[in-house]
Order: sequence, then C-alpha cells, then structure tokens
Amino acid sequence: MKSLAELQAIKAKMQDKVALREGSSEKRVVVGMATCGIAAGARPVLSAFVEEVSKAGLAGSVTVSQTGCIGLCQYEPIVEVFEAGKDRVTYVKMTADKVARVVEEHLKGGNPVAEYTITNNK
Amino acid sequence: MIRAHVLICGGTGCTSSGSQSIQQAFADSIEKYGLTEEIKLVQTGCFGLCALGPVVIVHPDGTFYSRVEESDVDEIVSEHLLKGRPVQRLVYDDVAEEHKEDAVVGNVSLNDTTFYKSQNRLVLRNCGVIDPEKIDEYIAMDGYAALGKALTEMTPEEVIQCVTDSGLRGRGGGGFPTGRKWALTAPNQADQKYVVCNADEGDPGAFMDRSVLEGDPHALIEAMAIAGYAIGATEGYVYVRAEYPIAVARLQIAIDQAREYGLLGKNIFGSGFDFDLFIRLGAGAFVCGEETALMTSIEGNRGEPRPRPPYPAVKGLYGRPTVENNVETFANIPQIILKGADWFRSMGTEKSPGTKVFALGGKIKNTGLVEISMGTTLRHIIEDIGGGIPDGKKFKAAQTGGPSGGCIPAQLIDTEVDFDNLTAIGCMMGSGGLIVMDEDNCMVDIAKFFLEFTVDESCGKCTPCRVGTKRLLELLERITRGEGKIEDLDEMEELCNYIKANSLCGLGQTAPNPVLSTLRFFRDEYVSHIVDKKCPAGVCKDLLQFKIVADKCKGCSACARKCPVNAITGEIKNPFVIDTSKCIKCGACISTCKFDAIIKE
Repeated sequence: MKSLAELQAIKAKMQDKVALREGSSEKRVVVGMATCGIAAGARPVLSAFVEEVSKAGLAGSVTVSQTGCIGLCQYEPIVEVFEAGKDRVTYVKMTADKVARVVEEHLKGGNPVAEYTITNNK
Repeated sequence: MIRAHVLICGGTGCTSSGSQSIQQAFADSIEKYGLTEEIKLVQTGCFGLCALGPVVIVHPDGTFYSRVEESDVDEIVSEHLLKGRPVQRLVYDDVAEEHKEDAVVGNVSLNDTTFYKSQNRLVLRNCGVIDPEKIDEYIAMDGYAALGKALTEMTPEEVIQCVTDSGLRGRGGGGFPTGRKWALTAPNQADQKYVVCNADEGDPGAFMDRSVLEGDPHALIEAMAIAGYAIGATEGYVYVRAEYPIAVARLQIAIDQAREYGLLGKNIFGSGFDFDLFIRLGAGAFVCGEETALMTSIEGNRGEPRPRPPYPAVKGLYGRPTVENNVETFANIPQIILKGADWFRSMGTEKSPGTKVFALGGKIKNTGLVEISMGTTLRHIIEDIGGGIPDGKKFKAAQTGGPSGGCIPAQLIDTEVDFDNLTAIGCMMGSGGLIVMDEDNCMVDIAKFFLEFTVDESCGKCTPCRVGTKRLLELLERITRGEGKIEDLDEMEELCNYIKANSLCGLGQTAPNPVLSTLRFFRDEYVSHIVDKKCPAGVCKDLLQFKIVADKCKGCSACARKCPVNAITGEIKNPFVIDTSKCIKCGACISTCKFDAIIKE
C-alpha cells in the first residue's frame, strides 16, 4: 500500500458490499413473497429490484428484502417502499418491467410512481 | 447482486456449539435453492450472546436466530431467504415478545434486543459484523484509515498527544494512561524499540481479548503499527495464549493479508515508515500476563517477572525500550486517531473515558460479551443487559478482576462502573471478567477458589507470593472445614497486607484482593463458618449435615437406593434416617426425593 488513494479505492469498492449489515438504509423495498406473491410472479420482481438498485448505484442507501403475505392476494405481486418519516407506498400488480421506473423515479428521484400504486389500481 | 447476508458466528463459543457444520449446511442449502447469486454467507467473530449460540443473523433485516441446529437450516433458507418469512420459533424471544408487530413484516432486528440496545460497541464494533478473515471488509469499515492518517498527516508527537488527550487508560486492568506510557517510551534512544501486545488473557472466565482477536484482528494490527510509528519502533510482538487456536489462526491470516497489501512491511503508505509484526505463543502460565514476565517469555526464557524499575519504557523486550498494551487498549486506538480525542472523551466518565468490554458469567441469564460506556451502573449491566439472575434467585455479589479483583456486594449494585469507583470500594476493574453470584454462592468458598488459582499460578520467584498465598489458603481451608478461630480473621488480614506490600509483581500484589474484599463485605459469613460452624449458603461440605425431615418422609426408600455409600436406612412407609458418619454429602438423595423431605444445613 503506497498511498491513501489505494486504500480509498478498496474502501469504495467494498462499501456497498457491507452496507447491508449496517441496518441504517434510508429506504427499504419489501416484496411480498408468500405463496400467492410467488405464484403471481414476485420472484422476477425481486430479482429486478436487486439488479436495478445495484445498477442505479443505490445499494448503499436502499435495501431490498422480502416479506410474507401482505394480505391483498388479488393485488400481488405487491411491493412496498418504506422510508423513515414518510408514509409507506404500496405498489400493486408489479412486473419486472415496471421496476426500472420505480427505482429511477421513486428511489432515486423521490417521487412515487402514482399510476402503479394501490390507490390507482382498485 | 447480493440482497442478503447470512452472518454465522465463528467465535470460540459458537464454534464449540457447532457453528462450522451449520455454515456448511447453509452453503449446501443456499445452493440447493439456487440462491448463490443473491445470498452471501459470512463467518464473523463473536456476537456476544454466547449463551444462545450458535447465533445466526440475517441482514438487511437483522433477524437474530439463536440456538440454531443443523436441522433448522433448510427451513431458514426455504422460508426466510427464499420466501421472506422469518422462522419465528428460532428468533431470539426477547425480540419476538417486544416487537410482535414488526415481526409480522419480518423486521426483527438484533439491535432491538435489550441485550444489544444498551451496549455501546466501540471496541467490538466489527465483531459479528465483518468477516475477520477478509481484510477488504475491515477496510470497508474505515480500517487502516487511522494508520494512513497518522503516517501521512501527523507527527509521532501528535499521535501521542492525541492518545494522551483522549484519556485512554490501560484496559488490561491497571488503568495506566496509555498516552503517558507511549510518551515515556518515545524519547528513549536505542537501536531498536518494540511494541508488544499482551493477549495472554488468563483470568478465569474472561474472553474479551479473544473475541477481538477472533472478530476484528486487523484493528489490533493497525493499532500496533500506529504505536510503532508513535514511539519509533519497527517491530512488534503479539503474545497470545496457545489455548486460543482460532484467535491465533485468524491473527496470522490477518498479518499475512496486511503484509500482502503493504500495510505491514517497508515504507507503509509511502511514508518511509517500516513496521512488521510477529506472533508468540504463551504456554498457559498465568504469570506471563504480567508485563515483565511476558517479555521474558518472548525472549525464550522461563516466564518470571523481574523487579521494576527499570520499566519496560526504558528497558523492556531484549533490553530495549518497549511499549506494552493489552488487546482491548489497542483496539481503541484506530478510532481515537480517526475521530479525535474529544469524540472519545464524550463517552464514559471524566477520569475513565470510553467503554469497557465485560465477559458476563456465573449466575446470569445472558452469559456472554458486552461492551458498555464507563460509568454504567452495575445494576444496568446485570438486570437489563444480562437479563438478571435465573430461577428467581437473589443477587448477592459481582466479582470483577478475577483472581486480582474483589467483590461488589448487592448493597453497592448502583455503583457506576469505572476504574476509580471500583478501586474506591476495594475492587478492581481488571481485564473485564464479571462473575455474578447469587444467594447459593458462599463467599468464603469464592475467596478460596481464587486463592487456589493464585497458589497454583504463583511462579515461585519471590517468597511473599510463593509462601504467603499458600499460608493464606491454609487459613481459608481451615475455616471452611469448621476448624477456624476468630483470631484467624485478623491474622489473615495482616498476611494479606504483607503479601500485597512485598510481592515482586502484580500477581502477588493483587492475589489477596479476593480475600480482603470478601472479608470487608461478607465478614459475617466468615464468622458463621468459625463461630456457628455453619455455611450460610450451604456450599462448604464439611459444615453441612444432610437430614431427613421425619414429618415429610413417606418412607419410599428412593433415597436409600440412590445413596452411593448406603448411609440411609429405614423401614418402608416409616421415616428413613441418614447416618452422618457414613454420609459423603454428595447430594444425590436430595435430588431423588420427591417430597422435599431431605434438607442440608
């Protein structure tokens, strides 16, 4: 190790990889992965979130996790976004194709994608 | 991308309860469900809650699984990792009760448990968080940034000043100001100087240093390099007990990785500073934890202390100026350099800033490792973090400082734990062993236990320790046999003070402490042993008599059949009797009797 810059480079490369354990993420994306969710196609949605969040460089501030049955099986796959100090946003009937827009506009831009939310899909 | 990390404790406690095979089972199961791309398996150091091991944590939610068995692994992977439903029956119940609401959405975090919430994990910040065998993970947690800062932005004098200003005191037990130790060593000129780490953790029941070595070995390497820069040393030695195989292995891996990255070796960070580190194994003698004996042992000689002065700062290892600190002390250094003396002073008390790691043991629910801010009350440590005394028993005393320390009695449970408060009540911080005792512990017996230990471990070089501790033990044994005289108590006190004043090293100088402190707070128990010939806690066998209460005995003969020496006789359906001349007081009859008819007094 000949310079601080080298150390910084390793740190930058590694930080995203351990950030998951800090538990301090500002935003949490939760995908409903009960039987109904999985049957409705929640797995590709989860994978898409994992991928898009990483691609957008948000791995340090957003965690993607799953949960059991949210209770609205007819709206599955359901994805909820939790953010400290804000109301949670519930997206319904999600598909892998819709994920990129949620990541871009909501997680990055801070504006929930209204047309995917439960209020607009009843 | 990895979306979840499964952290499996690889500390000594969990390893012995089978965490290795659990890790293998996780690896197999994750592959079976095709999750290798999404889930990362990490072996970490100690999480602290050893009583509930093996411990497994799933991040990002921080779900805390305790007492995991190999057969549970498939369920955790298929339910939790695949479908996102934490396996509630395995979640540590302290959490499950308090956070039932959160648990529904799978957000049960270990940080919510009372055990973790009340702690201030500074030294243990990476233990149970990073993989100790991966230097990159340490670097991600700001690792080696302090060494970089010291070497490129600070002069050695500034490093020492920073440590001095922080008020850090030696965590090995003595509480000597670390900055002053460094400042005393730095100006001494020599062809070579040394940095030595004392990892010869010998107090019965203490494992603070082991956990740091196992969970965050790079913190020690970084700190020792910083110390080397500060005092002008280019070589360091870590003296570890050979009884810590996992710690030794991880430290060696860490040293090799640091060398590979050029964080040990020549011209570190292009600053022109050279430093390298070597491990020396201790063969298990308690006295080798004493600084001069430790250095004698590193030199290849029999581990015996030598008189001071000259102090190691002047003439230490191989006769050269040497700084010696313990593992926990070193583990504080990188963060002090990085965040500054004021930050460190913001925690703990005025004269004892920072935190202290304790190994909780004895009669307490959560045995394990905890780190608290200095000045936390003993009550908070025992009742809240430790979960209190099991089986509804009453707290009697806490023993700190192992064989060199003393007891804090129940009436002083609100003592704020720091160096000076403990010294004021005749106790000692020690390296961090904290043994909790309840009403079933006999304090005379406890004093005897620790004295037996020091008699065994005395190196024999000086008479006050070699002979004095032996005579003291004989007096104690006489008392526990019921042959003591009331004058013995004064004689013991005098002998204690003599040993303290005249012994060569810390071992002898502190050996009488367990006796003195129990005499001070539990003199009445000594008196009961001597005058009434009774052991109030029912521990000292020679003073116990087993009796059958005739009213309660149904004459079932169960006890008589269990008695290994046929001391119990009687006729069926009539009360039995114990022949006390035959009785060996093993207690087998008490545990056999269904009617609580047998008592000991």
